Amino acid sequence: MSLSRRSVLKAGIVAGGGLSLGWQIGAARASVPGALSAFVIVRADGRIEITAHQPEIGQGVKTSFPMMIAEELDVDWNQVTVVQAPGNRAVYGVQLAGGSSATPTQFERMRRLGAGARAMLVEAAAKAWGVPAGEITTASGRLYHKGSGREAGYGQFAEAAGWLKAPDPKTLTLKEPSQFRILGRRIPGVDNRRIVTGEPLFGIDARPPGMVHAAFAKSPVFAGRLKRANRAAALAVPGVKGLIDVAERRDLKTEIDVGLPGIEVLPQGIAVLATSTWAALRGRDALACEWEGGDAAFQSTAAWEAAAARAHRDGPQKPGYINHGDAAGKLAGAAKRVTADYTYPFISHAPLEPMNATAHVKDGKCELWLSTQTPEDARKMVALALGIRVEDVTLHLMRSGGGFGRRLMNDFAVEAAVIAKAAGVPVKLTWDRGQDFAHDWLRPGGWHRLEAGLDAKGDIIAWTDHFVSFGKDGVLNPTAVIDASLFPSGVIRDYRADVTVLPIASTLGWLRAPINNAFAFVTQGFIEECAHSTGRDSLEYRRALLGEGRAIPIAEEFSGETKADAQGTPYHTGRMRGVLDKAAAMAGWDRRTSLPKGRGMGIAFHFSHLGYFANVVEASVGTDGSITVHHVWVAADIGRHIVNLSGAENQVQGSVIDALGAALGQRITFDGGAVEQKNFGDYSLARMEMAPPVDVAFLSTDFPTTGLGEPAYPSVAPALAAAIFQATGKRLRQLPFTSDLLTA
Amino acid sequence: MAMKLNINGKAVEVAAEPDMPLLWALRDVLGMTGTKFGCGASFCGACTVQLDGEPVRSCQTPVSAVGTAKITTIEGLSASQWGRKLQDAWVALDVPQCGYCQAGQLLAAEALLRSTPKPTDADIDAAMSGNICRCATYTRIRAAIKQAAAS
Repeated sequence: MSLSRRSVLKAGIVAGGGLSLGWQIGAARASVPGALSAFVIVRADGRIEITAHQPEIGQGVKTSFPMMIAEELDVDWNQVTVVQAPGNRAVYGVQLAGGSSATPTQFERMRRLGAGARAMLVEAAAKAWGVPAGEITTASGRLYHKGSGREAGYGQFAEAAGWLKAPDPKTLTLKEPSQFRILGRRIPGVDNRRIVTGEPLFGIDARPPGMVHAAFAKSPVFAGRLKRANRAAALAVPGVKGLIDVAERRDLKTEIDVGLPGIEVLPQGIAVLATSTWAALRGRDALACEWEGGDAAFQSTAAWEAAAARAHRDGPQKPGYINHGDAAGKLAGAAKRVTADYTYPFISHAPLEPMNATAHVKDGKCELWLSTQTPEDARKMVALALGIRVEDVTLHLMRSGGGFGRRLMNDFAVEAAVIAKAAGVPVKLTWDRGQDFAHDWLRPGGWHRLEAGLDAKGDIIAWTDHFVSFGKDGVLNPTAVIDASLFPSGVIRDYRADVTVLPIASTLGWLRAPINNAFAFVTQGFIEECAHSTGRDSLEYRRALLGEGRAIPIAEEFSGETKADAQGTPYHTGRMRGVLDKAAAMAGWDRRTSLPKGRGMGIAFHFSHLGYFANVVEASVGTDGSITVHHVWVAADIGRHIVNLSGAENQVQGSVIDALGAALGQRITFDGGAVEQKNFGDYSLARMEMAPPVDVAFLSTDFPTTGLGEPAYPSVAPALAAAIFQATGKRLRQLPFTSDLLTA
Repeated sequence: MAMKLNINGKAVEVAAEPDMPLLWALRDVLGMTGTKFGCGASFCGACTVQLDGEPVRSCQTPVSAVGTAKITTIEGLSASQWGRKLQDAWVALDVPQCGYCQAGQLLAAEALLRSTPKPTDADIDAAMSGNICRCATYTRIRAAIKQAAAS
């Protein structure tokens, strides 16, 4: 990243003596003590404290970011204590767990913090010892001057360093990778011991004094209205202390960081306050609420499927949504044409920690205990709902029991704040699993009608797609876009996408590797079919399609209906080929011709969130249509550095197995306006018995270091589909891959 | 009403409705939040505790049904030798991602190793498939169980 002129390091003295160093965020406010972000503290007694400011949702950032600082500070990892920051952008800058964005945007920034503190300690020692700073070396939190034989711990010069002017971050020299002693190693998560001993860490574990528990009865159909409720029955449930009517509000739409409206409708409902979560949920059930209407009452999976089929038959609403080159002309002149329809369903995030928020509203201020991916959005939305200032919302940023994109949205925090204001005491609102499914911000489903034109050699020379997905007023939802930055647009110069928008009223959102998690299945699946139609090898065919290693720019002419549709991230075909070749080598791609009957290997690749991934899946299919995944080999290219090898490998293995779980069983359907799935009995997540070994290799390439929470996910389903095809001869063009598709 | 329970080797009195699930008696009445709420219907295993050494779903176990059975929760797991070995393996192999399910995973794994000190992959599948890890850390859970078994 580039360090802007606004990137200024600010030093200070901590109480009890010692150096504190942080970034000055925004306008200079050095006179306000609280505005200094103390990212690094070196205490006079030698203790090192490093602040983790990003939301920890399982992606390992509470460990990996302090590692970046500690490396350049040149201390040993076991000297470091990590402290979790509260949510406060004015002090800590951007705090956001989304888009696998934290590492690429802040890797160098964090390192420069550590390097800055080290430089100040060196300068303080140089002054005291009367030697040039350039002659001082450091290691393991100690300063050395070889010439004079002097040495000292960091603590000895911590306070003196605190009085110095912080260096210009641009002038700092960062370590060469060969000097790394922390980065790139396997460092266990800083909260591991607390997790395995059951200490309170998560939002749902918050218990401020005087807290009551709450459940919130609201319509299973988005924005439905209350018809009747049995309040007396609810109040008769032991432990229920009271009921609070929550009125519908539609004035809370606000711009948030993640490109969605924040909260469109705060639904009408009844909050049940009780002495326990259980009593609150029982009270909610005793209300036996009846609901009517709702913006989403028309929603039905069957009707949408019929509408998508009609659109494919009758033609698109928006022809030429993306249109570059001459796809129609090239198709007409093609030696061969291949067509196929692909579809995938809505899926749900289903983090294991149900949505919850604890709020205390008093004297125009709000205190929140929250598991969230977007703490600043939460503060902003809660402030808006309560009619108070953002500065008056204090947010204790709790560890999230999973995010996957669900906790980019903070609707549950707004509900808790509104209920807590009426209650006058701290309130913990907990959704049950049924509400989690009913009120998710779902990954949208979609339908693609594809046609490719092949030349005499069988190479793809033209590609068209009639994409049907969801939005409002004829505009695709941001989470359902098709844009010109998505492969194979760019590589295939004659490319056209038509679009039809189906109406939806309930909420759509970002889910792990959004857009890509569905498109990779479609695109790679169709390329596989094209390869098969020519009799060529899947790997060779993809290599030929990618051609020479080169960056594919996103030209203006390639963007969608609006410029904003293009993600604008160019991709590099050489890096795609690099991971393909590596995955093939790891798996022993040549073995695929000698596999036993009923077994297959498939390969696929995808680029998203700045990361390049390819994988080979080996699977077999039983006579009952049951799918067994035996092994997955993954090759990744996320640039020069792996921050934490342990965390990185864990992310990739988890992403792959999560994607297998989605491919094998996840589907959300609507009927009568409402989500039909209620719990993990009808929405299956990956389990131990289906988790195969996953081998992971990281290529080291001379590109910037990028993130890992998402990009390993998309290429899994198409590789599995290809393996199933080899095993059975059945081409799966719809997710999930249920066994009935293979026995039919 | 007040009931007497034995939790992690200590006699504890809990004032709760008899049909309140043990999960909520632990979390909300006693403030022991290590045991987690995931689905409320025994699908996910996040709420796993042990009664007399057997893993049970505390979300489906009325507090009045516990009787004199000894309850072990994640807060008391390190009193068990297998529990300590598992905790150490979990930390060393860096099993958790979000960490939310791991209390339940550990209670299930401890019961497995007590009955089957050298589990096969099939033993691990059978004992652990009721416990969902939404982050899908299964590769490492399996490895950590084996490491604990070998130590």
